[in-house]
Order: sequence, then structure tokens, then C-alpha cells
Amino acid sequence: MTEPKMPLWEVFIRARSGLAHRHVGSVHAADAEMALQAARDTYTRRGEALSIWVVPSAAITASDPADKDSLFEPTASKPYRHPTFYDIPSEVGHM
Amino acid sequence: MYTQALNQADTGSKLVEDADKLARFEAKIDAEERIEPNDWMPEAYRRTLVRQISQHAHSEIVGMLPEGNWITRAPTLRRKAALIAKVQDEGGHGLYLYAAAETLGVSREELIDQLLSGRAKYSSIFNYPTLTWADIGCIGWLVDGAAIMNQIPLCRTSYGPYARAMIRICKEESFHQRQGYEIMLTLCRGSAEQKAMAQDALNRWWWPALMMFGPPDAASVHTEQSMRWKIKRFTNDALRQQFVDATVPQAHFLGLTIPDPDLRYDEASGHWRFGAIDWEEFRQVLAGNGPCNRERMEARRRAHEEGAWVREAALAHAAKRRARAAAKIAAE
Repeated sequence: MTEPKMPLWEVFIRARSGLAHRHVGSVHAADAEMALQAARDTYTRRGEALSIWVVPSAAITASDPADKDSLFEPTASKPYRHPTFYDIPSEVGHM
Repeated sequence: MYTQALNQADTGSKLVEDADKLARFEAKIDAEERIEPNDWMPEAYRRTLVRQISQHAHSEIVGMLPEGNWITRAPTLRRKAALIAKVQDEGGHGLYLYAAAETLGVSREELIDQLLSGRAKYSSIFNYPTLTWADIGCIGWLVDGAAIMNQIPLCRTSYGPYARAMIRICKEESFHQRQGYEIMLTLCRGSAEQKAMAQDALNRWWWPALMMFGPPDAASVHTEQSMRWKIKRFTNDALRQQFVDATVPQAHFLGLTIPDPDLRYDEASGHWRFGAIDWEEFRQVLAGNGPCNRERMEARRRAHEEGAWVREAALAHAAKRRARAAAKIAAE
């Protein structure tokens, strides 16, 4: 006998003020309130968080790994987007 | 402990797989890149991981039982608070691991069903009873010590979600081993009866702890493939030796005797050489005939059945709230 499935939620925590929320894992819960509670018990037992977000996993749209080259490779051929591409004489000082 | 699943034969069907994809996958593994959930992977890699990660998760959950047995009888409030925190950690570790297994396309419900129906295995060690308080010390020191030795290399395992779960787990396990050794130290510095209790617990846990690393390399069905795919980083025998070398001096510090008449220090290699392990006992425990196999499974099934109404009520409550919210929007 396999039971009906509990919805899956992705968990993000902010470790300190000033930092962004960061993905730490997932939990199963019937609703958002219980997901928050489960995330608190599962991912913050040692003072790891000041704030928690939970997001239904089904609400996340992800890029396809097969598109990795077409999406991300073009930036590799654009070194002029980086400051080190430009030659400035050292006499000019820090810029 | 938990890599015992790697020693079972892979009985899945052989699929004809795309040679190009396989070559790219293996190149990635060789380059020490991590494999992520949506990446292409050979079916056998996926099956091996589902089996290993879920067995590891089941072990964490079943592992709560032998220690939970002593929560109400911990000798002081300090020990009790530590034991509750440790057992809660094991539950958390089970959840991280079920979540990692789920990224491979299997649901937690299916995995739990496999455990409760007896199709999935868990670590042999949890089928031994915790007879005295010293057993709680020995579990922390030896069982968690062996687990850490096994798990640290898994932080670099080739499958990303598994490696990330292991990093969290290893960070948390360190306190488990230290609290166990502290219990042993307190008993060994106590009365003659307390020290005898510590020795008795070591006598019973030593060999089962060595068995946690799984069968000898020569008899391990999966080691070679799993090493090649970098799921596993060291062989069973290498980890077992590392554990013995680390643990023997710790036992001597406690003033305890390792229950192995053949144990001797080999000057030339710098290793502690140990006697023959009773693999028949290991096979019997894995086959379901250990001292507590039935009790453990009954406890898990009862917990699952008695919690069913909570899961049903939570889902029904969420459905009702959703329906009300939808009706309210429709009425506006």
C-alpha cells in the first residue's frame, strides 16, 4: 500500500542578516505552515537561520541541463566583460 | 555502516544505453565533476544510488530506536538532553537522505513502503539490543565513530545531492561520537561496577561495529563498479582498518580491553592487526535473524500506522483550506 503523496517544498534559509536566502534542501508537508515548521525542525537545529522561506517545488521552473551550452557558453567568449581585459598603465594607480 | 547496500548484487535489467552519453558521463566522473539530478546517468548508477541512499536513510530512522530506548532512563538531565538531541539529529539525517534519494525519481512514500514491507535493508548494527546505559556510550563512540569514518569520504561522492546531504550529516555527527566517548570515560573513571559495565558493552559492540563496514573486499559484489563511479571512495577493508587503528588507542585510554585475543600492533606497517570476523553472524543479522530484527520492524510499522491519521488529517485540512480560498475568490 502506497499512501497519497505529501507535497514537496524547497527550503531556503538566511543565516545572518545581510546574506541572501540560500537553498538548503527540501521537506514534505501538507501546507505552507507545516512546511515552515518542518523546515525549522529539519534545517535549523543549531542556530543556522534567522529566516526561512519555503516554496512549493512544483512552482520552480529550471533550465534544462541539455541547454547548458547554448545558455551559458557564449559568456566564455566575452572576456571584455571583465575588468582584467583592459590594460591600464600601473602609474595610473588603482582603478 | 550505511554502504552495506553496495554489496548486494544488482539484479536490475540491462538496458542498452547510448554509448556517447555514457562516455560523456564517465568523462565527467573522471574529471571529478559532480552529477546533478537532471543530468543523464546510466540506469545502474541511478539504481545503485537509490539503493544506497535509501538504505542509509532507513538506517538513520531505525537507528533512533536502540537509543530512544534509554531516553527516559538517562542518568542525568545533561545526558538526557544530549541523547534527545542526538536521536532528533538521526531523524533529521534520515530526512536529508530521503530527500537526496527523491531527486533520483523515487518517492519517499515508495521508499518507506520498501522498508516496512521488508524489501529494503538497513544497517546490521541496529539489530543489536541496548541492554545497559554503557551501550549508549558504546553506540556513540563506536557506531557513530564507524559511521563518520564511512561518511567522510561520502562528502566527495560523485552524486551532488548525496554529497551535500553527507556534508551536513558529518558536521552534526561529531558531537554524537564525543558524547558517547564522554559517557564511556565517566563510567571508566567510576566504580568497579561501572567500569565492568563499560567493558561488557565494549565486548558486545566491538565485533558488530567492525561488521558495519560490510563484507571483505574479496566478497563485496559492488565495490569495483562503485569505486569507478566514485560513489564509494575507499574499500570496506581499508575503512575497517582505519577504524581499528583510530579506536584501539582510544580503548586503551579508557583502560578497556578490546575483545580480540589476536589483536596486535604491527610495527612494520603501523597498523593494528585484528582477528577473524564472524561473517556468518553478519549474514544471519542481514537475513533478518539478528537479536532485534523483528522488534525493530514492528516498532517502525506501528509508528507508521499510528501516525497515519495525522498525515490524513493534515492533507484533508490543507485541501479544505484550499477549497475555501478558491470559493472566496470565485465569490468576489
